[in-house]
Amino acid sequence: MTPAAAEPLLKSSHLLGIETLSVGEIASLLDLAERYATLNRGANKKSDLLKGRTLINLFFEASTRTQSSFELAGKRLGADVMNMSVRTSSVSKGETLIDTATTLNAMRPDMLVVRHPDSGAAELLAQKLDCCVVNAGDGSHEHPTQALLDALTIRRRRGSFEGLIVAICGDVLHSRVARSNIHLLAKMGARVRLVAPATLLPPDADRFGVEIFHDMRQGLEGADIVMMLRLQLERMSGAFVPSTREYFRFYGLDHEKLKAAKPGALVMHPGPMNRGVEIASAVADDIEVSVIQEQVEMGVAIRMAVLDALSRGLAPEGRNAP
Amino acid sequence: MTKRIAFRNARLIDPASGLDVKGGLLMENGRIADVGPRLFNDAEPNDPEVIDCKGLVLAPGLIDARVFTGEPGSEYRETLASASEAAAAGGITTIIVMPNTEPVIDEPSLVDFILRRAAATAKVRVAPMAALTRHLAGETMTEIGLLLEAGAVAFTDGDRTIRNARVLRRALAYASTFGALVVGHAEDPDLSDGAAVTEGEFAMRLGLPAAPAAAEAIIVERDIRLVELTGARYHFSQISTRASLDIVAAAKQRGLPVTCGVAAHHLALNELDVGSYRTFMKVKPPLRSEADRAAMVEGVASGLIDIIVSSHDPQAADTKRQPFAAAAFGAVGLETLLPVALGLHHDGRAHLSHLLKALSTTPARILGLNAGTLAKGAPADLVLIDPDEPFTVKAEQLRSRAQNTPFEGRRFHGRAQKTFVGGACVFDRRTGR
Repeated sequence: MTPAAAEPLLKSSHLLGIETLSVGEIASLLDLAERYATLNRGANKKSDLLKGRTLINLFFEASTRTQSSFELAGKRLGADVMNMSVRTSSVSKGETLIDTATTLNAMRPDMLVVRHPDSGAAELLAQKLDCCVVNAGDGSHEHPTQALLDALTIRRRRGSFEGLIVAICGDVLHSRVARSNIHLLAKMGARVRLVAPATLLPPDADRFGVEIFHDMRQGLEGADIVMMLRLQLERMSGAFVPSTREYFRFYGLDHEKLKAAKPGALVMHPGPMNRGVEIASAVADDIEVSVIQEQVEMGVAIRMAVLDALSRGLAPEGRNAP
Repeated sequence: MTKRIAFRNARLIDPASGLDVKGGLLMENGRIADVGPRLFNDAEPNDPEVIDCKGLVLAPGLIDARVFTGEPGSEYRETLASASEAAAAGGITTIIVMPNTEPVIDEPSLVDFILRRAAATAKVRVAPMAALTRHLAGETMTEIGLLLEAGAVAFTDGDRTIRNARVLRRALAYASTFGALVVGHAEDPDLSDGAAVTEGEFAMRLGLPAAPAAAEAIIVERDIRLVELTGARYHFSQISTRASLDIVAAAKQRGLPVTCGVAAHHLALNELDVGSYRTFMKVKPPLRSEADRAAMVEGVASGLIDIIVSSHDPQAADTKRQPFAAAAFGAVGLETLLPVALGLHHDGRAHLSHLLKALSTTPARILGLNAGTLAKGAPADLVLIDPDEPFTVKAEQLRSRAQNTPFEGRRFHGRAQKTFVGGACVFDRRTGR
């Protein structure tokens, strides 16, 4: 797919977040992913770019979508993929994480994809391991490949980001997806709005350089993209939001509220959806507005692009002997 | 046919506009059709019904922002209907009822119940506050958005302080999302646990369990810090100490959206009135020192205290006929609210118009009610007051279902003569109904 001795694409040997990426790096990753998206729609989806390389999927949190997406991306690029699902004991997470890292390091993986409930876990692993680390979601911090796949979906539909109004709605407070998307969209020239009750917004959210709305219709007014966030069930029973029915009434996306957005606005959701909570089924399944399935498709392409880009920094002969 | 009532020879006091003149007022179809110094001055109005006010005060009906009833759940104490009888006799045209009932008003359907029940049975307007936390348990917030849509005017746990600051912080943040008003009761639940009176020499001599007056200021300070964090609109339902008032004053100076009220009994009574264990003097928060009482009067006079409330809390005789510490908290107050407030006028502490403002215009503003004004087009909720009529409080004459007044036998000057809600007379002193 890519020519031999491809140009390095990322400055860092890890992908830990969007915040540290440059506009050029983001654009190059999207360009590369575009080519993989085309490849993925063909009959032969396989390449041998990562032949002989080992990719470990290390997931401390349950995930179907992201884990399988990375697995497929690795396999299509010819890597050997190993999935590890680790249950964390809440008592000694830090210790366990470093122990796990040391053990894994001895197995000499080339790439490690990690998801962990604690913010900063991917960063910690990157410091301890010799391989490339890809953050597949750390706590409420970042989920860079999600933001990249969202960006790819938007760019394919809208051409560019310049001047687009993107409303990110829902549980911003706990969302790594929101943080990564805010960084990415702002860097690429979109205008970002956050729409949520005050309990689901970080108190200093305006420091992200975004506009804050508590009223969903106002927040959606003239929006090109409506990005819904998942609300965890345990947060709907009184601590952050009084009830599911109240949340849906004021912050659930239905066709009525969507009318406030620009005609033809796109609806996105990182999945898995809570139907009838943050999004009405009628909207989620409306192929005229919903690009949720396309997001999943672009997910594989983006992860192939990320693995491709990071592999360019790997020594051709493998790591030096310890 | 349109229903018209003409008032002439009135002393019109409209705290909303600052008007205080002799003049007339015309009610038509439940609204104020005309008002002014020249109205009906010369010619007799040719209206079917003319009321010669003989120089008495005609003012916006009072709004009592803190009323407990027993409906639903303990109707033997008070119903919306019986409370409305007492309110009408007290010159009160809107009562704000607390959610501390059985069941607790923490569901949109229960707000709807109160509004329908009031429409069917009550003589005066009834506006419910809904609970801020479910079952008043102080743990999880209620459906503030849906409750607002159902008609709740504010959110409060009534006479309970939310112990957990994080719960309150989130509830305030969530309320701010909807611009909803949160109303708090300031009494540290741990410091005041089991206490019957305010800590001090008198409590010591009586040997009663007591809480320090600081139990109030501690919560006032905490809640104001949380208002600062969240930007929520916040009203202290009643403060009773100088320390609290100082904290509120500082918060107002900082421009925080904070207001406060005082209960009439905290303006007229102090801790010594408990005397020989008079349980009708057991209120929540407890009666304070004379210095604190005087500070409350000062606060009303200066306007730092925004509103005066009755804190009407009817209790059956059997729960009051108990040893002091075991007796129930609460005092009825709907019919003594205006007389107590007028006392400040007679003592030369505050102008009549200023007091009426704290009893009508300001509560309407804080609660977002279309009331508390004599403006043309406003609902004709009016009270005709004789500010000088002397009378003695007799518990058995009170219209409330319960008679636990702390003012039994006390002489006052001034009370309501006639009360009108939406243009209809709901109380007339001459007929007593």
